[in-house]
Amino acid sequence: MASVSMTINGKQVSGEVEGRTLLVEFLREHQRLTGTHVGCDTTQCGACTIHMNGEAVKSCTMLAVQAEGADVSTIEGLANGDELHPMQEAFREHHGLQCGFCTPGMIMSATALAKRNPSPSEDDVRHWLEGNLCRCTGYHNIVKAVMAGARAMNA
Amino acid sequence: MPRDDGIGASVRRKEDFRFVTGQGSYTDDLNRHGQTYAAFVRSPHAHATLNSVNTSAAAAMDGVVAIFTGQDLLDAEVNGLPCGWQVHSKDGEPMVEPAHPALAQGKVRHVGDAVAVVIAETLSQARAAAEAVAVDYGMLPAVGNMTAAKAGKAQIFEEAPNNQCYDWEIGDEAEIDAAMAKATHVVELPLVNNRLIANPIEPRVAIGDYDTATGEHTLFTTSQNPHVIRLLMGAFVLGLPEHKLRVVAPDVGGGFGTKIFHYAEEAIVTWAAAKVRRPIKWTSDRSEAFMSDAHGRDHETVAKLGLDADGKFLALKVQTDANMGAYLSTFAPAVPTYLYATLLAGQYTTPLVYANVRAWFTNTVPVDAYRGAGRPEATYVIEQIVEEAARQIGMDPADLRAKNFISPDAVPYQTPVALEYDSGNYAGTLEMAKKAINYDGFAARQAASKAAGKLRGIGFSAYIEACGIAPSAVVGSLGARAGLYEVANVRVHPTGSVTMHTGTHSHGQGHETTFAQVVAERLGVPIENVDVVHGDTNNIPFGMGTYGSRSLAVGGSALAKALDKVEAKAKKIAAHLMEASDTDVEFKDGQFTIAGTDKSVSFGDVALTAYVPHNFPHDELEPGLEEQAFYDPANFTFPAGCHIAEVEIDPETGTVTLANFVAADDFGNIVNPMIVEGQVHGGIAQGVGQALLEGCVYDEDGQLVTGSYMDYAMPRADNLPNFTVDTQVTPCPHNPLGVKGCGEAGAIAAPAAVMNAVTGAMRAAGVTKPIDMPATPSEVWAALHAS
Repeated sequence: MASVSMTINGKQVSGEVEGRTLLVEFLREHQRLTGTHVGCDTTQCGACTIHMNGEAVKSCTMLAVQAEGADVSTIEGLANGDELHPMQEAFREHHGLQCGFCTPGMIMSATALAKRNPSPSEDDVRHWLEGNLCRCTGYHNIVKAVMAGARAMNA
Repeated sequence: MPRDDGIGASVRRKEDFRFVTGQGSYTDDLNRHGQTYAAFVRSPHAHATLNSVNTSAAAAMDGVVAIFTGQDLLDAEVNGLPCGWQVHSKDGEPMVEPAHPALAQGKVRHVGDAVAVVIAETLSQARAAAEAVAVDYGMLPAVGNMTAAKAGKAQIFEEAPNNQCYDWEIGDEAEIDAAMAKATHVVELPLVNNRLIANPIEPRVAIGDYDTATGEHTLFTTSQNPHVIRLLMGAFVLGLPEHKLRVVAPDVGGGFGTKIFHYAEEAIVTWAAAKVRRPIKWTSDRSEAFMSDAHGRDHETVAKLGLDADGKFLALKVQTDANMGAYLSTFAPAVPTYLYATLLAGQYTTPLVYANVRAWFTNTVPVDAYRGAGRPEATYVIEQIVEEAARQIGMDPADLRAKNFISPDAVPYQTPVALEYDSGNYAGTLEMAKKAINYDGFAARQAASKAAGKLRGIGFSAYIEACGIAPSAVVGSLGARAGLYEVANVRVHPTGSVTMHTGTHSHGQGHETTFAQVVAERLGVPIENVDVVHGDTNNIPFGMGTYGSRSLAVGGSALAKALDKVEAKAKKIAAHLMEASDTDVEFKDGQFTIAGTDKSVSFGDVALTAYVPHNFPHDELEPGLEEQAFYDPANFTFPAGCHIAEVEIDPETGTVTLANFVAADDFGNIVNPMIVEGQVHGGIAQGVGQALLEGCVYDEDGQLVTGSYMDYAMPRADNLPNFTVDTQVTPCPHNPLGVKGCGEAGAIAAPAAVMNAVTGAMRAAGVTKPIDMPATPSEVWAALHAS
């Protein structure tokens, strides 16, 4: 077992984990932050996307101990109480989700894009989301939502 | 003025707040006190005898609570998994229906077939011990595809000496052959409908729990139909009565058919939880999903269309081989028969249709319904051969279709393959789609592509589906072992808010919003005051779940019937309060009034009176305001429309780019246009995936070659364009909402549209032989360079 500590959604946390414990397991099972999802085992689907030190990363592809000292944010940290983050609001407004399972990863990935590119084109969004699979929406409304959400974030 | 939260409004979804904030409650998010974890030992071989399963080393490992094998299930008299539909062969014999043990007994029959389950304190302990279970397999030759099944490469079941499950037909073969002989043109086309994997992004999960105090078993599962699972597992597998078995399907992350079926893992965690007296959780990983979720499609077909000199269709003859996989999954036998061949008339007046369908066992994962289930396969056959016929006789493909459409004046229209279409305007959706894609401008766009060294093609798909599944008496006569009605309960609370219970299940379709809109419209209460509850057999009277685009057509109709009852009772209460006859009471916008007077009471006043019945017609009515309805549909519904795809091919690389895609659909009345458009988008993406990207591949020895997202090409955001979708409305005449269903249309229509565009583009480059799906760059390039 190893000790690990990090900041998650602005809160300092620590825990005892096995060396092989993945960051996503630490979030879901140790911290009960179940908004971050697991949809595959080959780093393809992106449902587990979170931010670490401001960058979008797939939390199924790193160990919890690799996040030692990091600043982690998850989908649960995005809204301000009942007030949705502009990207969350854009997904709701543009029907950018159906079953909701890929949605947290999509939104975390999209907010990272919006920080780099305040006004992404349709092509920019489609290219950026290449690492996030959605089986429900055909991406049409996700793309609309991300473009609108990025504009709202940077307004 | 229409309500902004009623029928016809694009209300933003009630369920979204929890999903966008990460507060959805999916099965893997649940944990039970004292929970253990299950890991399955799965066969790495496609076909082998189980000589021995030695669990002693594994049982001694850290944290192991219990290990069970197929023999343990036999000893405990746990039955195999049932099949829900019996098909009879053309000679009258019932299909071959071999046992499907929840854990393999005697033999394994596909890669991924479960051999044993290890239950341990932690997931990693369970997985480590599963690897230590020593299985002695006796290797057998394996049947990796239908060609090998027919050739008898190996015999998978004793009771199926030629690996055939059934040999079924519809129509009169002699009559069709005679008609074909008189046809001016006969077009013949071999087609493969590629095997697919549904791949909802949430993998399957099952948690079994047992309450020693009450003797109640609970299963939390990723299901589209919790009551169906309770029925199949309780009555057939475990022998548990309904009142001691609760099945909960909470938030479910997509289904697309593959979460309809009753799976071994559900029965095992439920049964074993009572054995070990601890909750047991099993979570599939994606690799396990590829080898244990039921697959879809996998047809090989030869179709023949006869036309007269004017291009009128005279006869369609179809010979299809359908892969069942290694065992019969819940609805598998119905998919290539009653959900496929009955749709082969399409939108056309073809007077004679004949289909012979042979179903085969192979050493592959069971194949069952996947979005569209039979109807995409039928549409692919019809729309490919019609397109091919247009090319061969030199007619515009749109004109050939229009010439053969069933006219709106002809409905109700009895097809030669059992169904009676109740409504539709096929020329309407064809014209709508042609306009949307600017069909007249195609020649100029094609010329521009050519000038840039590219090939451009356009392809139609004029589809019809039978949805709103289904009239129980009809499906019963066709071999279904269940009724397919739906159930709704409307509970009006004392202050006038409403909880509505539905036997359908939402796993992305937005029922919590759509059904609430119907309640808001009918009762005049704001949508915030309406909650829709689904997914728990303890909360909901009964239900058959969500598949076959049935939820609104059948479940919504049950809701409308329950609301009729609520309104009727509420009118009587209102009449009492207003000292009038209930036949004089009118109800609109949440107010009860008496025409010609200024008397009025609100719905809220009536609700309160129902529960505080001080001034109440006790001699006539019971207190309370809660009503329930079961609705069994009079007919299927028939959504139909026309989709058109336009593609551009780079002959240097074989890459196909989907340049444009338009859909014109007729779903009858629409409750929430935003949600309907989203359903169409998603279906199109899956259909485009089938046409251009996806294909489940087994090698000759039954090894799964495409076993992860590294190998199985899922559509990604940068593979697809935006879609243009529009609707025409011809209401369904036989259900109270006039709705038809929209969930499967895209997946049904898109493959043929895309492939017709691809083969059209390739034809311009001299490739006359259509290629099969998926039209990957290597396939396209090879075909272009062979010509």
